[in-house]
Amino acid sequence: MLFLLSAGFSLIFGLMRIANLTHGALFMLGAYLGVSILKLMPNLWVAALLGGLAVAAFGGLLERFILRKLAGNILGQVLVTLGFAYIIADLCLVVWGGDPIPIPTPEFLQQPLRVAGFAFPAYRVAVVVLSVLVGMALHLLMERTRLGAMIRAGVDDMQMARAVGIPVSKLFTLVFCLGAGLAGAGGVIGGPIMSAYPGLDADMLPLALIVVILGGVGSLAGAFAGSFITGFVYTFGVALFPQLAYVILFLPMIFVIAFRPRGLFGKFAA
Amino acid sequence: MAALRLQNLRKSFGGLPAISDVSLEVAPGERRLIIGPNGAGKTTLFNLVTGDLPRDAGNVILFEEDVTRLAPHHRVHRGLARTYQIITLFPKDTLEHNIALSLLGLSKLRWNAFRSFDADLYVEARAVLARVGLEHLAKRGIAEVAYGDKRRVEIAMALAQKPRVLLLDEPLAGLSREERATVKQLIAAIPREVTVVMIEHDMDTALDMAERITVLHYGRVIVEGTRAEVVADPKTREVYLGH
Amino acid sequence: MKLAALACLLVAFPLVGGEFYVNLASQIFIFAIFAASINLLLGYGGLATLGHASYLGVAAYTSALLGLKLGLGHWIAAPAALLGTTLMACLFGLIALRATGLGFLMLTLALSQVLWGTAYRWVALTDGDNGLRGLSRPFHLDDAASFYYFALAATAASLWLMARFVGSPFGAALRGTRDQPRRMSALGHNVWLIRWVSFVYAGFWGAVSGLLFVYYHKYIHPISLSLTNSAEGLLAVIAGGSGTLGGPVVGAAIVMLLKNYVSAYIERWNTLLGLVFVLIVVFMPEGVVPGVKRLWLRFASRT
Repeated sequence: MLFLLSAGFSLIFGLMRIANLTHGALFMLGAYLGVSILKLMPNLWVAALLGGLAVAAFGGLLERFILRKLAGNILGQVLVTLGFAYIIADLCLVVWGGDPIPIPTPEFLQQPLRVAGFAFPAYRVAVVVLSVLVGMALHLLMERTRLGAMIRAGVDDMQMARAVGIPVSKLFTLVFCLGAGLAGAGGVIGGPIMSAYPGLDADMLPLALIVVILGGVGSLAGAFAGSFITGFVYTFGVALFPQLAYVILFLPMIFVIAFRPRGLFGKFAA
Repeated sequence: MAALRLQNLRKSFGGLPAISDVSLEVAPGERRLIIGPNGAGKTTLFNLVTGDLPRDAGNVILFEEDVTRLAPHHRVHRGLARTYQIITLFPKDTLEHNIALSLLGLSKLRWNAFRSFDADLYVEARAVLARVGLEHLAKRGIAEVAYGDKRRVEIAMALAQKPRVLLLDEPLAGLSREERATVKQLIAAIPREVTVVMIEHDMDTALDMAERITVLHYGRVIVEGTRAEVVADPKTREVYLGH
Repeated sequence: MKLAALACLLVAFPLVGGEFYVNLASQIFIFAIFAASINLLLGYGGLATLGHASYLGVAAYTSALLGLKLGLGHWIAAPAALLGTTLMACLFGLIALRATGLGFLMLTLALSQVLWGTAYRWVALTDGDNGLRGLSRPFHLDDAASFYYFALAATAASLWLMARFVGSPFGAALRGTRDQPRRMSALGHNVWLIRWVSFVYAGFWGAVSGLLFVYYHKYIHPISLSLTNSAEGLLAVIAGGSGTLGGPVVGAAIVMLLKNYVSAYIERWNTLLGLVFVLIVVFMPEGVVPGVKRLWLRFASRT
């Protein structure tokens, strides 16, 4: 689940070098939208798709009209995305209220899965499987399609790509939409695990940050590895030392940065 | 003892070799010119010497001291200075402030966080500017000054560091004819205690400034020798075919 | 001359202002030190930091805990808090400065979030969401006017020291690393070390503002370590303009006044904050004060 969130963040951060602090809020927005959509259409997967698309559209607007103007202005981008994160968070509070809203697990996944004598919560397994599928799809997109090649070219050398006729600006909007969409869909899918509550964005954002910094910027494999390591550490850390959960969470990241500023698989130093 | 010695330097960028096994030696006080067509690796070589780029293999030796593992600012303290092909002055500041920053780089004063930035530094900065004939512009902002003057400030900045080895990266680039004459004069007037290594890719202009010339092509030294030797060598002409 | 007039105004203020305003002024002073310390890094060093609330919070908590749990007096607690926080800044600087620009920003954010999350969860130490209350002020400065003078003196001293720092050769070197870091390196300056020292120095002043903060409120809560707090500090710097030492002070006043008055009328302070961020960045990137001046000139030239 972390992977969906982080992949989007890594994409945006790595490809566009934009620190999208709105990402956590987009995740939360997706979750809340999912709640509303589910009332109309009680199918989680459809809700995830629609939620993802809605958030993607919003992301696209954000990029096109505001972030585009701030190209190169790092502080500006950070502040604007932060500002939007606040706005979105507050809006969610207004529209959906301050109480946590649980999202029900799809029926057929409610029973635990019994494999080799162990019982796994079926839904979480499904999420992991989904993440792997999405990861592979993204990988194929990046490595095998023309679109992916164009995006990678845009990342490696923006000016050359432009010179060769690649519509870098449109691509960037697309990438942003994709990243936002992943976050939004991730919010819906993560719903049964986390529920939708105010403050979800603030809890999710640091996790996305850690995963991306740990795994390395601009690398999907890194986001994947990062999510697993982080998820693993978090689960165990929270179980063993609940008060220091946050410290434990950040430790691997800090450790990695100290010795390898590029992260595990990163293409360049953050 | 050589002023600057490069031993088997190698540098690749992701599989593309930029510098392949370059060795050279510059005697103290010598005026060396490094030439070669665009892309030959001249600026990369400079970046390896100053430490701005880490090398893949080889050594950089300054007056018999191996500085290969030293960070760029430490090499400066050992007597190395350089100018850049693209002018990188401090655009928001005056000429004298620019020179003052250069003087500060080697002075203990730079760690002082309490006393006021002394007028004394500016006095010394103006003296440096006077040596290149720019004292009258001391209080002007860098942005308001002509390109040729900016070039002179660059060189003045490097000279203010009282270097033992001075690297000049295309000091004549982008200058008008009169500006070029002025800068050439400036370079010619540099005292003999300073060893000067220059990059130029326009052979005609630079030839008379050098005593020995090294010709670089695709990251390798292909010809090296006195002016006469290099000009006569057929490989030189080959490299500059159509130039 | 202008400075003398300002000084007279500030000293006379408690005599004319009501208690509410005097207290507000004290809060502005505290916030001004916080904002100015951020500006040391942002405006003078070119390093945007999102984690400065860490120093404020840690100093405040340290002072509070030393007082509450160990019963230490302020004479010991204050220097201990300052020292501890500064050491933490040393460590954080080592980590954050492994990167520059965006990476640096992310690392400062990450480090700050660790502290924030820990403050909430380590309930045994910090009492979590309840915060620590029942704290005292040094010298029993319990009425508004005397605390005001204390804060005024502290702010004046801090700003004066920061001004010396900025106007010193080191300050000039710092500005050089902001404008042309590679060039500075080529001139013999140790860019990393300059930045690290400045980072620690800015953290120190953040700690000072933290002490004043906890003295004023006599209470500390994890929210003071939050990203919101750091962001408000940044906002103050940007509002007032990052080019000068006085800019953040003006910005701090603007943000504090906004918070106090506007939040009484508008419930959605967060949305407003977000909107303000967006608007300022898009329309007035040099800061509110120069931006307003620019817009005013444009308006005036049309009529």
